[in-house]
Amino acid sequence: MSGAARTELKIGFMPLLDCALLVVAHEVGMARQQGLALRLLRESSWANIRDRVAIGHFDAAQMLVPMVVAENLGLGHFKTPLVAPVALGTGGNAIIVSRELWQAMQSFGACAGAEPATQARALAEVVKRRAAAGEAQLTLAMVFPFSCHNYELRDWLVSGGVDPDRDVRLVVLPPPLLVDALRGGQVDGFCVGEPWNSLAVDAGIGVIAAVCSDVWPSPPEKVLGMRAGFAAENPDVVARLVRAIHGAAMWAADASNHEDLAQLLAQPRYVGAPARLMLAVLQGAIRHESGEPALLRPDFLKLGPSAIIPRTAYAELIHARMQRWGQVTGDTSGLDRARAGFLEDGFRSVLAAAGVQAP
Amino acid sequence: MVENSLRLLIVDQNVLRASILEEALREAGYRDLIVVRDMQNLLRRIVDEEPDVILIDLENPNRDVLEQMFQVSRVVRKPVAMFVDQADRSSIEAAIDAGVSAYVVDGLRKERVQSIVDMAISRFRAFEKLRVELDETRRQLVDRKLIDRAKGILMKQRRLSEDHAYSMLRKAAMDGNMRVAEVAQSVITAAELLK
Repeated sequence: MSGAARTELKIGFMPLLDCALLVVAHEVGMARQQGLALRLLRESSWANIRDRVAIGHFDAAQMLVPMVVAENLGLGHFKTPLVAPVALGTGGNAIIVSRELWQAMQSFGACAGAEPATQARALAEVVKRRAAAGEAQLTLAMVFPFSCHNYELRDWLVSGGVDPDRDVRLVVLPPPLLVDALRGGQVDGFCVGEPWNSLAVDAGIGVIAAVCSDVWPSPPEKVLGMRAGFAAENPDVVARLVRAIHGAAMWAADASNHEDLAQLLAQPRYVGAPARLMLAVLQGAIRHESGEPALLRPDFLKLGPSAIIPRTAYAELIHARMQRWGQVTGDTSGLDRARAGFLEDGFRSVLAAAGVQAP
Repeated sequence: MVENSLRLLIVDQNVLRASILEEALREAGYRDLIVVRDMQNLLRRIVDEEPDVILIDLENPNRDVLEQMFQVSRVVRKPVAMFVDQADRSSIEAAIDAGVSAYVVDGLRKERVQSIVDMAISRFRAFEKLRVELDETRRQLVDRKLIDRAKGILMKQRRLSEDHAYSMLRKAAMDGNMRVAEVAQSVITAAELLK
């Protein structure tokens, strides 16, 4: 495609480790090979990402899987149908608690690397005792109302017998405020993605109580979302994007590239977190508490080809959680609209047409 | 000027921009104004203040905190929605272009909010224009310093007059399709290397 004018695409992203495949496609050359010129635009909130995609400032953006479902169910402001032709990774979230809360949980059986339900039951004991002593409820934070963080945190709480709506206070907090909020005691825990867990553990102010890949197996996380209209009008561009991201996923899955990837992401215009912390995550070495040895968790965050399938099953999983927590009403009429947002068949045929074995 | 009874809350980490908007709204008759600068516990603050309209800048990661208020939640007494008029999408596009977003309590009539949003858009734009002008002035100042230094180097090394030195820089800039300041920078870098 050299010589021919490349199609320019404006793509929004958040400074999170799982913007990696967009950065790789742009920096390592997979986008160029597909005749695409990506303009990666960093954003400061999920609400901005959603709005800028809806009004056309962005052609596509890194999105939370439940954002796509919410927009297609008409729960957003714009009610612009969205589609995800490819995913950008699975997992990477964890539940962090403050040192004080962790110490309290430890006296009820919590210990580093234990089953999530064991940790949650320890939390339930702390919650009970605080209530009995007339102390304020614990405040736990997540990143967005329509996020897997929200649902993973709720499922984890339920597994220990904690009612997320009655026994604790759940709030939204932007990750950049996490460290200060934990330190200052405004929040007692947080469900967040990387590099924020690693940063909080490294700073010695938070302890990982559970990794979300233990709460949900292969948890959906980010997709490349775009207006359904844009995808319908530009099938060729979408196919090239899918192939570029697939190339990036192959590259990112190769352990010999992890060091380079960590360095790329550490640049201030992308994630801007220390390369050594992100490298450890890419290698699956998860430190639960500062000063403790890291545990090997290769399934914690996945960026390889198997993690980029925009699975239709995501719609069912998320829709069920939205019903469970009262974000959508009881009927299932919206489920088809939610399913239509994940272009799993399209993904498979694009790769088949390119002679690539689907993951 | 009719006094307006709506309670407005401005969330902006940029102190100067917030005060420009605050002043404009006061002049327009809005007396019940709160400017929030402390971003910790933002939701609590909003719940306590019970504003009718919230204006927030788009660079602010706390926009996601406000998103929580559309959810049926015991945290919030009054449900809040983003100010989006489906019939007139250009209004919301203009707001996002200008870098501001508005949230309103449910049931508030559109006409009562539109002028506030319009004012926020125009003040954000004016501020942006000011910022661009300021950046440009700063850049010109930096450029001039570079050019003066480069001229000095050329005058000393090539024994040229000031005018002559400047025309040399300008010609090199035109030939290389660069800015004069960029050429000046390379002259300075080269001189430092050869020191």
